[in-house]
Amino acid sequence: MSTTSIHVELWQVAASLVLVALAAAISRWQRADLERDILVATGRSIVQLTLVGYAIKLIFEADTIWLVLALLAVMVFFGAVTARHRADKVPDSFGPLLIALALAGASTLGLVVALGIFDPTPRYLVPVGGMVIGNAMTASAVALNRLGDEMADARARIEATLALGATAREAAAPIVRRALRSGMITLVDSTKTTGLIFFPGTMVGMLLAGASPTDAVRLQLILLYTLLGSVSISALVATLLAYRHFFTPAAQLREL
Amino acid sequence: MLFELREVGLDRGGRAVLDSFSAAIPEGATAIVGPSGVGKSTLLRLLNRLADPDRGEIFYRGRPLAEYEPLALRREVSLVPQLPALLEGTVESNLRYAAELAGEELDVEETLARAGLDPSFAGRDVAKLSVGEQQRAMLARALAQRPAVLLLDEPTSALDHVARDAVEATLARLRRESDLSLVLVSHDPEQARRLGDRVVEMPA
Repeated sequence: MSTTSIHVELWQVAASLVLVALAAAISRWQRADLERDILVATGRSIVQLTLVGYAIKLIFEADTIWLVLALLAVMVFFGAVTARHRADKVPDSFGPLLIALALAGASTLGLVVALGIFDPTPRYLVPVGGMVIGNAMTASAVALNRLGDEMADARARIEATLALGATAREAAAPIVRRALRSGMITLVDSTKTTGLIFFPGTMVGMLLAGASPTDAVRLQLILLYTLLGSVSISALVATLLAYRHFFTPAAQLREL
Repeated sequence: MLFELREVGLDRGGRAVLDSFSAAIPEGATAIVGPSGVGKSTLLRLLNRLADPDRGEIFYRGRPLAEYEPLALRREVSLVPQLPALLEGTVESNLRYAAELAGEELDVEETLARAGLDPSFAGRDVAKLSVGEQQRAMLARALAQRPAVLLLDEPTSALDHVARDAVEATLARLRRESDLSLVLVSHDPEQARRLGDRVVEMPA
């Protein structure tokens, strides 16, 4: 893969703020009441991305795998904390989410390195790890959100199935299946339409940075497939661990 | 004695839904009556371990209920809940699911007939059944497991008079034609007397 570099001046960033001002003006003119949020969002994006930029710079310069692993562990932790809010109807969802994100990150990154697709260097592991864990977080949050809603709606049916002597796993199977599906479907659908309806971010970034379209497309394909893997693993692990929290060891529905 | 309850209590949300309840339920047909909210449904759920009591003890055929493996117990002591809750699919797929869980051979027509349904119900989509038909399909599904005891929670509460009389006739016939024991919960003392050999009253 060819390495390209592009230099962005601070004044260029500042100039792009004109479009933020335009967004705020539209909001004010149409009384959408988003000016404050736009201001906060702009401020946060500057601070957060700058900090992350410095952190990544440090990690690239240190060039040690341990710092990379520490950064990925932090991402997994905060990913699980964030996803927990979306999964508020699932009792004790933090544990399943943490394990799901850690497994999804470790297995997909481990696999792409083992297959020789990427070198195990900070330059690849940090950005790819961030995307893998970010997508895994969204997928597991959506899956557990669905699991919580459906378990609440289907209590009568689940208990009636338990009353037949079904195990908790059997009684929850249709719901686990639908939760897993809803966690995976967004990425599957966007993979289908990629290039037609939108240009994915990596490809855009590489083209802007001056890479050849061939390289940009190939890298984008690798990332899409890697994300499909991580999203499936995280949604699967999160739902399979979390559904148990609705049941007692004697296959009874817990009162929530 | 089929079931024996000693000083049984259960709390939900910091409130006792059942408190110091004792009763003896022999083989045969026993009707449990009492005003709504007195814990009748909860009592049935305790009898096949869909819930476990917080206080007191329950015995089934002389042995503590807590010693029974819950899944096997539920196939032997089968609960038909008040509101029908079938699995998506046809009536037959529901019967098959239940029979397979219990490891029983299934004769679809015979099972439907025992629940008072004609053979044409086998292929019907459960989503398109009336509540009364769903209630009967639930009964058929329980019978597909060949249980020794049927726990019936307000078996006719959602039905009009005609459908109610039909379900009562079906239950009476089940009693006559098998050695199935029934424990049924009803808010209606008349129905309790019609269907039960004995009536247990739950105090308000």
